[in-house]
Amino acid sequence: MQDLSLHILDVAENGIQAGASLIRIEVDEDTRADILEITLEDNGRGMDSEFLAKVLDPFVTTRTTRKVGLGLSLFQQAAREADGDLTIASTPGVGTTVHVTMRHSHIDRKPMGDMADTLTALIEGNPDVDLVYVHRKDGSEYVLDTRELRAELEDVPLNHPSVARLIHDNVESSLKELMRG
Amino acid sequence: MPKISIEDLKKIKERERGRMILREGEYRAKITVHMGTCGIAAGAREVMTLFRDVIGQRDIDDVILTNSGCAGLCAKEPMITVEVKGQSPVKYILVDREKAMRIFEDHVLGGKPVEEYALAKGSETAAT
Repeated sequence: MQDLSLHILDVAENGIQAGASLIRIEVDEDTRADILEITLEDNGRGMDSEFLAKVLDPFVTTRTTRKVGLGLSLFQQAAREADGDLTIASTPGVGTTVHVTMRHSHIDRKPMGDMADTLTALIEGNPDVDLVYVHRKDGSEYVLDTRELRAELEDVPLNHPSVARLIHDNVESSLKELMRG
Repeated sequence: MPKISIEDLKKIKERERGRMILREGEYRAKITVHMGTCGIAAGAREVMTLFRDVIGQRDIDDVILTNSGCAGLCAKEPMITVEVKGQSPVKYILVDREKAMRIFEDHVLGGKPVEEYALAKGSETAAT
């Protein structure tokens, strides 16, 4: 994985595979405290403590769960290389939260990458799942909530090509503005 | 930060009222991009962006773009499945920009599968 937006796509897809109807993604960039935090929360089926204990070990997971183990362990490795870590909390029947921290200015911290492509791929590819994206940087924030879009669109689906393009362009231009500060 | 404007959403809604083609099953073709960890690492998101762009450029509204998990052939990623209405689904392997464009022209729009890029029969279990 070349950048954080691909890791985020990967973990969010895990949540969707786990039957989530709502995925919440938060990216918090605090350059003064030199911290980059990423939180992914889903309301999927969750994991029991036995599975949770081995989910970060790429060599323990079985064939059917291999995908989960590998993706999360790669993300954890990326976090640790940037002076941070990845932790997971999960409750069966309630959902899973993945929390990642990194030192923002660390030379080995992967770049954010293209969040517009990641969010559009998630929304367009899974139009029945709702997604909330919050990106904060030093006090400013951008929020995308598909529940609001859905209410406004009424019977036009979220994966309609025009809607997907609108979402993509809005995320792209808003995040560009957010990064300029 | 600028939120997606209600006006833009309303415009799409009004325009689509008269031509709701993307109804249950009412589409010409469906393209599924496999988005497991393996697919994502191999470039699946870029493949999805390519298709979104070409669909947008040509203003096509009866081709659905969706995604799914790992298909179990991680070494053959990026993989896509194309289902043209009324035909059997075809899985394509090691999809890049060039292959994606040809598959879009010949199979998605033309209805003729691109055999040389398809997953060969009998190789479903050969994960190398």
